Amino acid sequence: MSLLKLDRAVKNFGGLAAVNNVSFEVHKGEIVGLIGPNGAGKTTLFNVINGFYSPSKGDVFFDGKKISGMKPHILCRMGMARTFQIVKPLKRLSALHNVIASAFVRANTRARAEEIAVEALKFTNLYDDRDVLSKALPIGKRKRLEIARALATQPALLLLDESFAGLNPSELNESIEIIRKIKEKGITILIIEHHMKVIMSISDRIVVLNYGEKIAEGTPHEIGSNPLVVEAYLGEAQDA
Amino acid sequence: MVKKAVPFIALAALLVFPLVVKSDYYQHLMILVLMWVVIGSAWNLIAGYTGQVSFGDAAFFGTGAYTAGLLVTKLGWSAWWGLFFGGITAVLIAMPFGWICFRLRGAYFALATLALNEIMRHIATIWEKLTYGMLGILIVQTFASKLPYYYISLALAVISLITVRLVMRSKYGYYFLSIREDQDAAESMGINTHHYKMISLVIAAALTGVAGALYMNYMGFIDPHVVFSLHDISIMAILVGIVGGVGTQYGPAVGAFIMVAVQELFRTGGYGLISKLAKASGSETIISLSEFITKAHVMGFGILVVVAILFLPNGVVGDWNKITRLVLQKKIKGG
Repeated sequence: MSLLKLDRAVKNFGGLAAVNNVSFEVHKGEIVGLIGPNGAGKTTLFNVINGFYSPSKGDVFFDGKKISGMKPHILCRMGMARTFQIVKPLKRLSALHNVIASAFVRANTRARAEEIAVEALKFTNLYDDRDVLSKALPIGKRKRLEIARALATQPALLLLDESFAGLNPSELNESIEIIRKIKEKGITILIIEHHMKVIMSISDRIVVLNYGEKIAEGTPHEIGSNPLVVEAYLGEAQDA
Repeated sequence: MVKKAVPFIALAALLVFPLVVKSDYYQHLMILVLMWVVIGSAWNLIAGYTGQVSFGDAAFFGTGAYTAGLLVTKLGWSAWWGLFFGGITAVLIAMPFGWICFRLRGAYFALATLALNEIMRHIATIWEKLTYGMLGILIVQTFASKLPYYYISLALAVISLITVRLVMRSKYGYYFLSIREDQDAAESMGINTHHYKMISLVIAAALTGVAGALYMNYMGFIDPHVVFSLHDISIMAILVGIVGGVGTQYGPAVGAFIMVAVQELFRTGGYGLISKLAKASGSETIISLSEFITKAHVMGFGILVVVAILFLPNGVVGDWNKITRLVLQKKIKGG
């Protein structure tokens, strides 16, 4: 059954269609990768799904309900969480307080919020850094803090926007492990990623965007051998 | 341990203060300090903790003051009812204002609060049938002694500090800080930013309105230029917050103390020292210069803000460790 469904979603900025007629579904329990060259409209699409933008045309459905135009905070309550490509830590709060603040969505008391937060921090291997101000964390940990904060809202669907960018190899493996564990918890994931090795190894299915339009959809194997995709995306990588 | 005891020691000192210091003048200054603790704490909640900087606290202060005054002149009630209704009318002003203007972010919101300040002052000036315009409102004070006013002010100051503390320890506190740090992140964390900014503003407006009603009761006279004053109320509130320490629990309390002292220092020309010196010198230029300085307390405020931002960006309370380190170093060097 589909948890997220886009039906010919369009987002125009003036005369530019940043997202043009994109339709696809994400099923419960899946990891779906969203890839495409720079400027393909991936983050814009996230903003449309997440409610920061409302679609110019077309609709977005979450768990069977039409959510086009709903605000992010309402979608968060409904079970959709996201991370940001350009991380947005609450700078002058410690890692723990960052996550407590987001855990309040599912907690009535401060103690319960802290319980959820501690669990999320342990899950993302940040528990030892809980008292560090988030502006003092290195980028790898800030990326994981974004994930911890999203997890603390106990989502059904998690939107990850380039959570692997800028990580060193050991951090990369750590993060892949975390994504796998998130999937085991039964959380559905839609992930934007540039790192081809990562996206090919963790995704169940991949959707490819180019110039705001969906040019391909399929299993990692199918995508890897799709000539359109190779030309638009992987071709560049081979040349380099 | 010592730090935790400081507020209680301060409270104890404040409780016995008017019994020890009998001077009306100093009791008057302390009443003003305590009133500014209330206003400063309120400003700190919306600006310091929630990050929505307000340049228009006088709008709520004046509304509270006028409510208290009008209860006497129009309804014949006691002005003390203003402590309750002043808070409520301030909230009634804050709600539609916040509902519309919280769509604006950062500096744009600050400008809107500035406009609210000016609008309220003009209304109070022009709507003569209700407010008596520039004539202002004169009421008979309840007490001849300063003591009752002092203890009522102290109670209100303590209540506002406790209110802010309780709010900041709850879910609301986390939400206010999240909004201050990053509004988009807060939205994606399930926080209805518009709603929680409103809550923060409403609490701040209520406290500021109560302070305004207290002012009416204590001073016995208000007019639009006094209680809707941009520099004497709105800017002063910001200074109390910045000098004391933005986003710190006791910053406004310390800031209130410093700012009332500074204001008084300017108003009296260094407690009359400047004019005495000027007269002693006999030079016309110096005498007129001394008069200028005495009148230029607003400029003095401006200089103080610059100095505070340059050297103590987190205020006296926020930068306390820095201050003690500097003082200690000097002692070591000097010794």
